[in-house]
Amino acid sequence: MSYDARFKVWRGDADGGGLQDYTVEVNEGEVVLDIIHRLQATQAPDLAVRWNCKAGKCGSCSAEVNGRPRLLCMTRMSTFEESQTITVTPLRTFPVQRDLVTDVSFNYQKAREVQAFTPPEDLQPGDYRMQQVDVQRSQEFRKCIECFLCQDVCHVVRDHEDNKQAFAGPRFLMRVAELDMHPLDTADRRPAAREQHGLGYCNITKCCTEVCPEHIKITDNALIPLKERVVDRHYDPVVWLGSKIRRRKD
Amino acid sequence: MTDAERPQGREGLDAESPERHEYDVIVIGAGGAGLRAAIEAREQGLRTAVICKSLFGKAHTVMAEGGIAASMGNANAKDSWQVHFRDTLRGGKFLNNPRMAELHAKEAPQRVWELETYGALFDRTKDGRISQRNFGGHEYPRLAHVGDRTGLELIRTLQQKIVSLQQQDRRETGDYESRLRVFAELTVTDILKDASGAVSGAVGYWRETGRFVHFSAPAIVLATGGIGKSFKVTSNSWEYTGDGHALALRAGAALINMEFIQFHPTGMVWPPSVKGILVTESVRGDGGVLRNSDGKRFMFDYVPDVFRGQYADSEEEADRWYEDPENNKRPPELLPRDEVARAINSEVKEGRGSPHGGVFLDVSTRLPAEEIIRRLPSMHHQFKELADVDITAEPMEVGPTCHYVMGGVEVDADTAATAVPGLYAAGEVAGGMHGSNRLGGNSLSDLLVFGRRAGLGAAEYVAGLGGSRPSTSEADVLAALETALAPYREADENPYALHSEMQQKMNDLVGIIRREGEVREALEVLDELDERAKNVGVQGGRAFNPGWHLALDLRNMLAVCRCVAMAALERTESRGGHTREDFPGMDPKWRGVNLVCTLEGDGGIALRHQPVPEIRQDLLELFERTELAKYLTEGELARRDGPGAAQQSDDGSGA
Repeated sequence: MSYDARFKVWRGDADGGGLQDYTVEVNEGEVVLDIIHRLQATQAPDLAVRWNCKAGKCGSCSAEVNGRPRLLCMTRMSTFEESQTITVTPLRTFPVQRDLVTDVSFNYQKAREVQAFTPPEDLQPGDYRMQQVDVQRSQEFRKCIECFLCQDVCHVVRDHEDNKQAFAGPRFLMRVAELDMHPLDTADRRPAAREQHGLGYCNITKCCTEVCPEHIKITDNALIPLKERVVDRHYDPVVWLGSKIRRRKD
Repeated sequence: MTDAERPQGREGLDAESPERHEYDVIVIGAGGAGLRAAIEAREQGLRTAVICKSLFGKAHTVMAEGGIAASMGNANAKDSWQVHFRDTLRGGKFLNNPRMAELHAKEAPQRVWELETYGALFDRTKDGRISQRNFGGHEYPRLAHVGDRTGLELIRTLQQKIVSLQQQDRRETGDYESRLRVFAELTVTDILKDASGAVSGAVGYWRETGRFVHFSAPAIVLATGGIGKSFKVTSNSWEYTGDGHALALRAGAALINMEFIQFHPTGMVWPPSVKGILVTESVRGDGGVLRNSDGKRFMFDYVPDVFRGQYADSEEEADRWYEDPENNKRPPELLPRDEVARAINSEVKEGRGSPHGGVFLDVSTRLPAEEIIRRLPSMHHQFKELADVDITAEPMEVGPTCHYVMGGVEVDADTAATAVPGLYAAGEVAGGMHGSNRLGGNSLSDLLVFGRRAGLGAAEYVAGLGGSRPSTSEADVLAALETALAPYREADENPYALHSEMQQKMNDLVGIIRREGEVREALEVLDELDERAKNVGVQGGRAFNPGWHLALDLRNMLAVCRCVAMAALERTESRGGHTREDFPGMDPKWRGVNLVCTLEGDGGIALRHQPVPEIRQDLLELFERTELAKYLTEGELARRDGPGAAQQSDDGSGA
């Protein structure tokens, strides 16, 4: 059942680094994170990797496996050929700290810029009444484990460092949509979505949806509806184009 | 950061002065208890720091699945704090700190409703209130939940509340972090005290750079969670290395009830790399049943005497209960966790286990596929992705996994204060609340109730200090840094190997079933591991070096393991999360005893007996006498019945 796999793991820090070759044992049922841990225990005790729950629930062990943004704990070794060399690199969109660990503080800054939940002022704790059907839409977005894979894959920031200032990324645009759809939120979030969080930068290529380990339909259920709400106030060519394309599909 | 700034190993300690910060209160730990404590401290006007070992929002609380227990009465109007209190004491086999259980049951509904004002979105009842589900040991449907990801909802909600407070501070002061700052990926290694023995601060290191940080603060709230990473098969994440337990010991506080460790009955058993990962109790609460290799629902054979009369005797009655709980008794799959875990252990031992050494947990024949996916989305996802098992079509294989430590830092129920002035503890790191066994759903509510109380307790303490604050000697700071750097030595003991050996031995020798000889052997192994730990050598620099981090965590785990083993050897009975094969019965004489561990001057652990705080008369009267007779001694029963009993009911301390 066991075999020796060939791995290339990026080692280095902010000053530079490169791929290092390892040959390492793999057992039945293991995931990439198991292999990284085996490297730590047997060959590279100071190999830096972020992880917590190892069950796909905390979103800590995000990295890129063969160039694709993945959770290391949810990437099973059985999805690769035994002969295949597996390359593990840090998230490309964020600055490297060391080895597979990147500085994701961008995301925490963006989180702080989204206006918090704003309930009606006179509503007392215990008096909140909401129907399941009305909370369901926002609940889908609250499944987010903040692994930031969507932020990593989004080409608006992945290839354009200078867009980071003006663009919150799919995770936090989805947060805006979540609050916008909250049955008891009283804030008008449309102006900020466009002006502060850069909703217009998103051109719905759905890369974020594809990498989401929670299978949240970020584009279809959060970003497009948010764009449609905003477009009531402002013209957005992507929404206009999107509505044409989707109409054709019908 | 340039190379010159990045400390490599021991180099540069003398020249390097630690980064310094001053706060009113430092909360160590950023799970449910820590964040709730920080919110309270900040709202009380304290300048507050929250220290997370991981990134903000990744704490182990995210792993909680089933829900938050609170007697809101949304699903059954008969529920009340008294019923919740009763269930909690039954679950803990009457060893709970009764005042904690009382405060918990009374305040949990307020704490849940408050989460809605922070933005939480729980599943709803038809009339728009918070939906509540059934869970093991709870008489009524009581757990507020969001599918099977309630812990994620809790942590995100509290995280977002912290952000909202920071936004408010920014509007008022221009700085998000003027009153409440989160220090992410920072590990605290020691608590500092002044000459009088009061808390004066803490020392830690940034994981990213390895740079040291010295916090000055008169109050510290420990909210570091549990100790599961000391065991091989565990549902706990890497952070659960008993840091707070060990910090408290070293600071002079006491640990109680350390022999009581909850092995959750249902962890994954296959494939090996995921062994231990939790399978939520909601599977059983929503209708899932346990079967052995003969296809038998074996739990009917394992209803203990103390619970006879509360659980169904036949499959037919058990099945009717889901629809008609008024007229039927509950299925024995929903017994408290310790009972179910021991039953599974016995079935496997007697050769009626599943192919990979567990038993079968089946929901596929009990609910339609779409209902399973709606109610248990993350379980469906987890089994599909990690084990290639479709839980809507086939049973899961499950077995016990180390899940929770009931034992922890001894605290005052009302204020969460420890014996050390300025030191507070809340959540899993605190002991007493759950007695010998915790009910599912009572953890998230515990975090909120006592997190808030710890924040409040710390605020009152700091206000009481006036202008004078305890100071730290520079020598103490330097000594703490030296200790943290000790693993950078010329030695070749591998921290990973040592850790793995400790986990295996604790699992084998102080696990779910204990025997005197094995626990003694464990203590000898720990002696040997302590010696070897002195020779752990770390390679590489200090920037994000997991080998170094583990070497420091090992110190904490070893101290905690010793407390567990010593207490497990001492308690010669079986109760809740402590099962002695050589003493299988529950002994009323032990019901009134807490085992207390403290650190001796020479670095050894001292163990002593201490009475469990008395249950107030009005609380005792919530139980039938016949039920109390199963737990209490004759003397205790006589006192309950006695003429002098009425006067005791005014004593609010419960201690």
